[in-house]
Amino acid sequence: MIIEIGHYALILVLATSIVQSLLPLAGTLRNDPALMAVAPAAATAGFLLTLFSFSVLTFAYVTSDFSVRNVWENSHSLKPMIYKVSGVWGNHEGSMMLWLLILAFFSALVATFGGNLPDRLKANVLAVQGWITAAFALFILLTSNPFLRLDPAPGEGKDLNPILQDVGLAIHPPLLYLGYVGFSVCFSFAIAALIDGRIDAAWARWVRPWALMAWSFLTAGIAMGSYWAYYELGWGGWWFWDPVENASFMPWLAGTALLHSALVMEKREALKIWTVLLAILTFSLSLLGTFLVRSGVLTSVHAFATDPTRGVFILAILIVFIGGALSLFAFRAPALKAGGLFAPISREGALVFNNLILTTAAATVLTGTLYPLVLESLTGEKISVGAPFFNLTFGLLMVPLLLAVPFGPLLAWKRGDVLAAGQRLFAAVGVGLALAAIVQWMHGGGPVLSYFGLALGFYMLAGSVTDLALRAGVGKVSAGIARKRLFGLPGSAFGTALAHFGLGVTVIGIVAVSAFETEHVVEMKPGATVTAGGYTLTFDGMRQGRGANYTEESGHFSISRAGVKAGEVWSSKRFYTARRMPTTEAGIRTFGFSQLYVSLGDQMGDGGIVVRVWWKPMILCIWFGTLIMMAGGAVSLFDRRLRIGAPQGARTTKAAARLEAAE
Amino acid sequence: MTRKQKRLAVIGGGVGFLVAAVLLVMFAFSQSIAYFYVPGDLATANVPPGTRIRLGGLVETGTVKRGEGSTVTFAVTDTIGTVPVTYTGILPDLFREGQGVVAEGSFASGSSVFVADTVLAKHDETYMPKDVADRLKAQGVTLSGKETIR
Repeated sequence: MIIEIGHYALILVLATSIVQSLLPLAGTLRNDPALMAVAPAAATAGFLLTLFSFSVLTFAYVTSDFSVRNVWENSHSLKPMIYKVSGVWGNHEGSMMLWLLILAFFSALVATFGGNLPDRLKANVLAVQGWITAAFALFILLTSNPFLRLDPAPGEGKDLNPILQDVGLAIHPPLLYLGYVGFSVCFSFAIAALIDGRIDAAWARWVRPWALMAWSFLTAGIAMGSYWAYYELGWGGWWFWDPVENASFMPWLAGTALLHSALVMEKREALKIWTVLLAILTFSLSLLGTFLVRSGVLTSVHAFATDPTRGVFILAILIVFIGGALSLFAFRAPALKAGGLFAPISREGALVFNNLILTTAAATVLTGTLYPLVLESLTGEKISVGAPFFNLTFGLLMVPLLLAVPFGPLLAWKRGDVLAAGQRLFAAVGVGLALAAIVQWMHGGGPVLSYFGLALGFYMLAGSVTDLALRAGVGKVSAGIARKRLFGLPGSAFGTALAHFGLGVTVIGIVAVSAFETEHVVEMKPGATVTAGGYTLTFDGMRQGRGANYTEESGHFSISRAGVKAGEVWSSKRFYTARRMPTTEAGIRTFGFSQLYVSLGDQMGDGGIVVRVWWKPMILCIWFGTLIMMAGGAVSLFDRRLRIGAPQGARTTKAAARLEAAE
Repeated sequence: MTRKQKRLAVIGGGVGFLVAAVLLVMFAFSQSIAYFYVPGDLATANVPPGTRIRLGGLVETGTVKRGEGSTVTFAVTDTIGTVPVTYTGILPDLFREGQGVVAEGSFASGSSVFVADTVLAKHDETYMPKDVADRLKAQGVTLSGKETIR
């Protein structure tokens, strides 16, 4: 009974979203405040209904109600509770429900916190959110309904794919969806502005917090997914340029560009048309990602769903929304008045450079991801575009951008002086080269180019610190005043510095692990040793074990360095009984930011076992850096929060005002 | 600079950058694309030694042999042709005899042995990578047992 109520609630979501998409729009056309006021109520009701429907599905999973087809296909009564809950979104139907829930959540947020928005804009934004909600609610009801029943009910479920039974999976999809569905708000703002034909700096000020929030979540989601693939798949890699990864990475690149261009629009009223276009493109890439992942067109570890009717339906959603948005854009954009002028060398110029590279990089990733699909559908030829393609194109494109990152914040608005900025960064360049030279002296080996990569990373760290120091006036005023000024800096200044610092940390991690990682594949019998990264691993033997829904064989390894015991690590192979599927559980031991990664291969007849050991120097920097970037987003958001909906930038403190004026 | 010149500088720089990016993408495509073959294609396809390809098919039952250290040899078949493969490293968890596999690598010169550097067995519950399933289906191969090719 409760299942049917949940199902019914989902149908009501469709109904409320249709109301939400039509009435407010009629309200803005006829200038009727009563009709416009329907929008927030409908959005809130839609969210509560979606939440209820989602909770019912979760309840079915928690109570292992195998009369529900979706639960039977993806759950098992012996599965630990956390995976019963995360299993809700570990399959196609449930993950679309999560998509819808988060979409409705963002609509409700706009309805609740958009109090200061002009009525017309708010009504239009929520109407556009309503269209998206209606499209996806219809998609779920027609092609991916999780509430269908089985009669008679089976006694036991088929279990969730074991590689998805992991804490990483419990967190990764919600974060990712909070990111890429979050960009729907920016999209709706863009469409609403185009419908009204009016757009100004205030628009950018309203959009930026949403873009920042979505960007921070997406950053976290991608990083989490990367770490999950790293420890769970047992292949030792942290990024595969898999189409599913690219699907979330493209909106991230476009979203990063959007954050920066909205900044120009907010401060200088320039790049209006471009910013609106980026807002549309970013969410379009999110939709494209949803299509790639959910339609099953890809051959990929993530693509578990294969059903052409779904693919065609999502493709239709994609075409209607992207096509419609771009047509509206083409129709309306010429009417938008171009804004402030600036010299090519200026803060605006630097941000344009940032946008140029980021969007080109996104286009490159898009080309590499879609080319095999397009070629196959046109000629039937099958090709694979792998890591070498992306490393070459994306890698080269990023170099000029990374070099320019510390310059951007040091250039003045309107007209900057690149030489003066270069002089101020002199120390940062020196620090970068010196640290890289020290690493070379202490570590040695590896390609020469990798040291330039490290120098680039260190230079970005030093550049961020330089930026903050200059803003605080270090060297110009006394230490006490500089400290006071530093703490008085607006959140967005810290946000920028933190995000750029984090990017530098990630670059260092990527360069170090790419250049200095070592891999050892050896056959080991108990007592055998292997040396990796200066640590000696001794294989002590195997042990049998069992968990709630699997059996496992684990190898125990003692780790020592220069004869001194440094730790131990277990590495296992599991066999999940319900699906009769084996998985590798890598053994990972952390030393500082570096890790030893041990995964087991096949057992040989004579008691030996094939063992693969990697030394991954500084690998944790990759994810640690993304955490810092996220923190940067959050700090910046905190600063902006007070200003949501306040067109005339109300300065929060006098100190902030003085410093911003000095920028 | 006048307003017009400024705009020209920005647009010119942008266009120049985009052209460079397009050339880069085309160069990378020419360097790093791997074509997909099944063993039956290779008699007519004439793949030169050293050219990187992806070879897909079924792991022929009874051919998996472990050699020195972690070197493994097995045969990939699509029932029309069969290709011997050597691989050094750890096979993926889902690698099994009689089931789908994709090996990436190249032929050694003067030999019919395919030297793989990557072996993929990532697939859905039907134990068949999509590329392999499509091609086998096109050739009319059906599998025995409960596995069906979609």
